[in-house]
Amino acid sequence: MPTNIDLKALSQLPDSNGHFGPYGGRFVSETLMAALKQLEETYEKLWRDPAFQEEFDRDLAHYVGRPSPLYFAKHLTEKVGGAKIFLKREDLNHTGAHKVNNTIGQALLAKYTGKPRVIAETGAGQHGVASATVAARLGLECQVYMGAEDVQRQALNVYRMKLLGAEVISVESGTRTLKDAMNEAMRDWVTNVDNTFYIIGTAAGPHPYPKLVRDFQCVIGREARQQCLDQTGRLPDALVACVGGGSNAIGLFHPFIEDADVKMYGVEAGGYGVETGQHAAPLSAGSPGVLHGNRTYLMSDEGGQILGTHSVSAGLDYPGVGPEHAYLKDTGRATYVDATDEEAMDAFRALTRVEGIMPAIESSHAVAYAMKLAKEMDKDQTIVVNLSGRGDKDIHTVAQIDGINI
Amino acid sequence: MSRISSSFTKLKTEGRKALIPYVTAGDPAPGVTVGLLHAMVEAGADVIELGVPFSDPMADGPVIQLACERALMHNTRLTDVLEMVAEFRQKDDVTPIVLMGYLNPIEILGYERFAQEAQKAGVDGVLTVDLPPEESQEFNQIMREHDIDTIYLLAPTTEESRVKYVCENGSGYLYYVSVKGVTGSASLDVQSVANKLEVVRKYTDLPLGVGFGIKDAESATSVSKVAEGVIVGSVLVNKIAELVKDQDNIAPEVAAIINDMRTAMDS
Repeated sequence: MPTNIDLKALSQLPDSNGHFGPYGGRFVSETLMAALKQLEETYEKLWRDPAFQEEFDRDLAHYVGRPSPLYFAKHLTEKVGGAKIFLKREDLNHTGAHKVNNTIGQALLAKYTGKPRVIAETGAGQHGVASATVAARLGLECQVYMGAEDVQRQALNVYRMKLLGAEVISVESGTRTLKDAMNEAMRDWVTNVDNTFYIIGTAAGPHPYPKLVRDFQCVIGREARQQCLDQTGRLPDALVACVGGGSNAIGLFHPFIEDADVKMYGVEAGGYGVETGQHAAPLSAGSPGVLHGNRTYLMSDEGGQILGTHSVSAGLDYPGVGPEHAYLKDTGRATYVDATDEEAMDAFRALTRVEGIMPAIESSHAVAYAMKLAKEMDKDQTIVVNLSGRGDKDIHTVAQIDGINI
Repeated sequence: MSRISSSFTKLKTEGRKALIPYVTAGDPAPGVTVGLLHAMVEAGADVIELGVPFSDPMADGPVIQLACERALMHNTRLTDVLEMVAEFRQKDDVTPIVLMGYLNPIEILGYERFAQEAQKAGVDGVLTVDLPPEESQEFNQIMREHDIDTIYLLAPTTEESRVKYVCENGSGYLYYVSVKGVTGSASLDVQSVANKLEVVRKYTDLPLGVGFGIKDAESATSVSKVAEGVIVGSVLVNKIAELVKDQDNIAPEVAAIINDMRTAMDS
């Protein structure tokens, strides 16, 4: 890591215009500018309001089930042989992933701003389920945009959303995955901006979304930091999290930014291998550009068209990434690597068999890299892996890979 | 004087309003575009908004998204669009051309290189849908250095406090988005448009164009009573979509729609 960066300043980004260095910002059509500004003002006011904080914390404790445990994966550690691997168990949250931390927060914002309707985009369906869940609880109308390909891959979550009273809209345009769902959600928002709150599922999009999603997800890192101190007497040596849009990763990383000795590794979806071009790893193999309201690393061709992505995991199948990760990469504070489909599936099986914990395929990417990393580290060192979601939703995908029809 | 301002000045002297058609470059095939532009001018277009295809046109409805997809099937890039403009300029050195699209293709080409090549090709203005003035200071400066106008959007949701700021950053003309929504969506309400334009005029002398929701000669005429420019897109692109298998008829049939609007607006 470069020694000349001011870590305190880095942790205080974005600036007042939503910029993380050259990244972030607000690149949207004029119709949405007023809504974003209003959201920013509302958020800044409420985030400092003790009553709002109290309600958020209460929901996280009694509805989500926080704090989530930090579990020492003894058997995985023994199997790998190397640094101690700890799992931050976001998979144990209500609805099965870290996504709910953010939807609880944004639904409270929707409630305080008096919008009767929420929309969301979803890839794997976890954010859609988490949005439908909080909407059901608050009595809000909810529509979820989901790429047609993902609707097929994640049939279970589609049905969960329907049971929760949400309408799932299958998006047939473009590549029929998460980016197209996000386009469609933006179109809906531009049309219904007066009565609709857009619950963005990751720490990306126009300012203030990358900031507020991060702030809602930072509970992961704050808890993990304290739990690590309690259990090991010191901070971890490395953090590992998967990165699609990057909300679980930034939630884990951000509270450690000023701890210079804690290394951070974001693991992107390597798909069939970054060298094949069939992947979803913009930080590893993309370049800066503008999409979905922010400047960040993207996968686009030399003409500036957004490229199709591939990943076995629907939740990582996205050509962009949150702008804060883009800047953490450029400053060298965090390192971004990838795990292929095959490596992720191997990690899925390994964790399932030795710990009896079935991770989401997204989170399996983080487990895969952590297993590699642990081998190169000393036995007295520790790694915290964000186990961002559970694998129940992926059983069909895994079975399909095994050639089994359930 | 730029082609854009001389066009609006001339129209003003004649007591007429600008008819501004939009088509996506390369839709449905690259060979169609330049001939189509000439036909639109002949039918009465005063300024042309030429869409630069983008894979993820978030502010557009399904009609223009599909147009982008058709154009991208032939891999029509920003640099190809500039070549089309250069070819158009060989026969028409008067009609202003505004490139309308999204930032990423320009960002990937580089602002400076884009500005140089666009100026050389004969582009007069650029309207980048996802680039509000807050993010465009460097962009504006480079475009100005190359005599390219930066056209900005105003929307029904733009508060008065912001109208001034947007107006100060715009040049050429301002584009008022008449409805909350994407291109090709609901019909507009002329009275509410007129009310909003009155607010805008407090802050600018630039010509005001109105787009989104203009579907026929009747709506074009009513908008022309309250604005300097009438921008029409989805209805033309729809016609092109109908004629994908009959491409020879695209130019005449699109021209016929424009001609109807022109006649109605001028009468």
